[in-house]
Amino acid sequence: MKWQDIVKESVGALAVNKTRSLLTMLGIVIGIGSVIGMVALGQGAQNTIQANIQSIGSNLLIVRPGSQQGPGNPLRGGVGSATTLTLDDAEAIEEQVQGISGVAPEVSSRQQVTARGTNTNTSITGVTEIYSAVRNIAVTEGVFISSQHLSRAAKVAILGPTVRTDLFGEGVDVLGQKVRINKTDYTIIGVTVAKGGGGFGSSDDAIYIPLTTAQRYLTGNDKVSVINVAAAEAGSMTTIQADITTVLLDTHHINDPASADFSVFNQADIVATASSITQTFTILLGAVAGISLLVGGIGIMNMMLTSVTERTREIGLRKAIGAKNKDISRQFLLEAVLLTLVGGILGILLGWSIALIANKLANIAASVSLFSIMLAVSVSTIIGIVFGYYPARKAAHLNPIDALRYE
Amino acid sequence: MIELKNITKTYQMGDVETEVLKGISFTIQKGEFVAIMGPSGSGKSTLMHIIGALDTPTSGTYTLDKKDISAMTDDELANIRANTIGFVFQAFNLLPRATVLRNVLLPLVYAEMGDAERIHRAEQALRAVAMPEDRWLHHSNEISGGQKQRVAIARALVNNPKLILADEPTGNLDTKTGEIVLATFRELNEESGHTIILITHERDVAEHADRIIHIRDGSIEKDDVLRTRHKKH
Ligand SMILES: Nc1ncnc2c1ncn2[C@@H]1O[C@H](COP(=O)(O)OP(=O)(O)O)[C@@H](O)[C@H]1O
Ligand SMILES: [Mg+2]
Repeated sequence: MKWQDIVKESVGALAVNKTRSLLTMLGIVIGIGSVIGMVALGQGAQNTIQANIQSIGSNLLIVRPGSQQGPGNPLRGGVGSATTLTLDDAEAIEEQVQGISGVAPEVSSRQQVTARGTNTNTSITGVTEIYSAVRNIAVTEGVFISSQHLSRAAKVAILGPTVRTDLFGEGVDVLGQKVRINKTDYTIIGVTVAKGGGGFGSSDDAIYIPLTTAQRYLTGNDKVSVINVAAAEAGSMTTIQADITTVLLDTHHINDPASADFSVFNQADIVATASSITQTFTILLGAVAGISLLVGGIGIMNMMLTSVTERTREIGLRKAIGAKNKDISRQFLLEAVLLTLVGGILGILLGWSIALIANKLANIAASVSLFSIMLAVSVSTIIGIVFGYYPARKAAHLNPIDALRYE
Repeated sequence: MIELKNITKTYQMGDVETEVLKGISFTIQKGEFVAIMGPSGSGKSTLMHIIGALDTPTSGTYTLDKKDISAMTDDELANIRANTIGFVFQAFNLLPRATVLRNVLLPLVYAEMGDAERIHRAEQALRAVAMPEDRWLHHSNEISGGQKQRVAIARALVNNPKLILADEPTGNLDTKTGEIVLATFRELNEESGHTIILITHERDVAEHADRIIHIRDGSIEKDDVLRTRHKKH
């Protein structure tokens, strides 16, 4: 039997039972669709988180007060609760550690901010001029903090775009306007570029003021909350992390590294941790979707087996007029493969839609990769072959007489 | 053309063995029109399945066209069915959702014939059984019983088989339509020289043939030659 005839017979047989063919296909559509959709979501989440982490600056190391809480130090406060870092520490790092391109200490606290009768609660970050380079923050309007602002402890503020909208709404010229923070008025001199990412701790939802101003009017001491350090090269981050630890242990007069009153975080480590979490997440989603694909495959086998039984007479007849065993088995196999192949293609469209919807609604950069499409097509074809094989074999080996006698 | 020697067929049903055919021997020449007649359950269909290469005998030898059928593989049997034999069944056995034309050319699909040739042959076969042309593209479940059997005969003819086997072809038809179908066989035998074996339990039907082989309980009871005619072919 020629291939085009096998195709014709298979398509014809599937078309005869349209509803059933479509329902069977639905199992594959959902299976493939969820595999593609879920993997796209997982990878999208991974990309989004990585982009968010990268957006806080490249090659960044963050020094925070307090130690990383471990089983050895039950009494010590967690990261950020202690105030053990000072401007001197920042200077020591800048002078003694090799291979860094910038050190940006910051002081931050959450405050109620008012302007023209509206108010919001946001993070007030006292920074130096190099902060914009180290943390990769640029202004879209106005200027960033300068050394003059720092030496004068000027009462100037740069708004993140979220704060600007919260306080002034869209399309209002805010430069030169005042915001009131902790009973002191600040003049707005700039607005930062939106970075997206959203959520708590976003650089968009913050107000930047000179570090000296923050220490004088908000915290009243010379402590800093965080020291941001930018490495000149990504490859030297681990060395720099160790060097910073050595320098700070020295300036803090601590001998035992285990009792350090600060912690140094490496951006690469954070990226790696986040990636491994999202990867696990992706695998989990993929596995659940894979199970639904398996169920879809079993649905195909079930339908094909029912169809073999129902079409016993037809198979007997085909054999009586000269069909060989392989003509019959190929037809049934092709029916199964066609179902899964078409189902697979529809599933790709479904998965694609899931990814698009996730992009729109959840702002996740979900993307369907060529690899997952090719994987889906080959997996669905293989499912067709695997789950179609047994029914096809069963059909081919029917005895034509039993088949013709079958009522 | 056909030679059966001591054909037996035994069915095993659990512990019980039923010998349905008990040593059948006969020969049929090319161009004969033979009826195999016997009461229901006498083994006619079983015999036809063996003659039609749909089944193999338990013992005995069967030669068709000088080829020993009793020892053939599945694929070889399929080839014989595709090229040498045409079947007509009591229950028509058409594919209901396929068109009349598609049903008729299906054997040629399995015989791997080219598209144009197929359609040409199918049209010829449909004309040979006087199937009205306006029905050719109808689905086979949309035509009458008599027309169905004519389509089935056209399907049996389409591969130009040496042998046509008909198992109770008029069993599901009224007398008048049955007569037309039987006349079609008569014509095929006389005009085109097809060898025809007609299976029936009815004397009236069997008498359309030139020779009647009576079968009862799996054995041949009588072999009557009704007439010897001068064939055109
Ligand atoms: N597959 C089978 N298994 C067991 N018995 C069978 C089978 N096929 C036919 N028979 C038996 O063989 C006998 C002859 O059947 P059949 O050849 O169909 O007779 P007929 O066509 O003359 O009515 C019947 O008794 C029937 O029950
Ligand atoms: Mg019978």
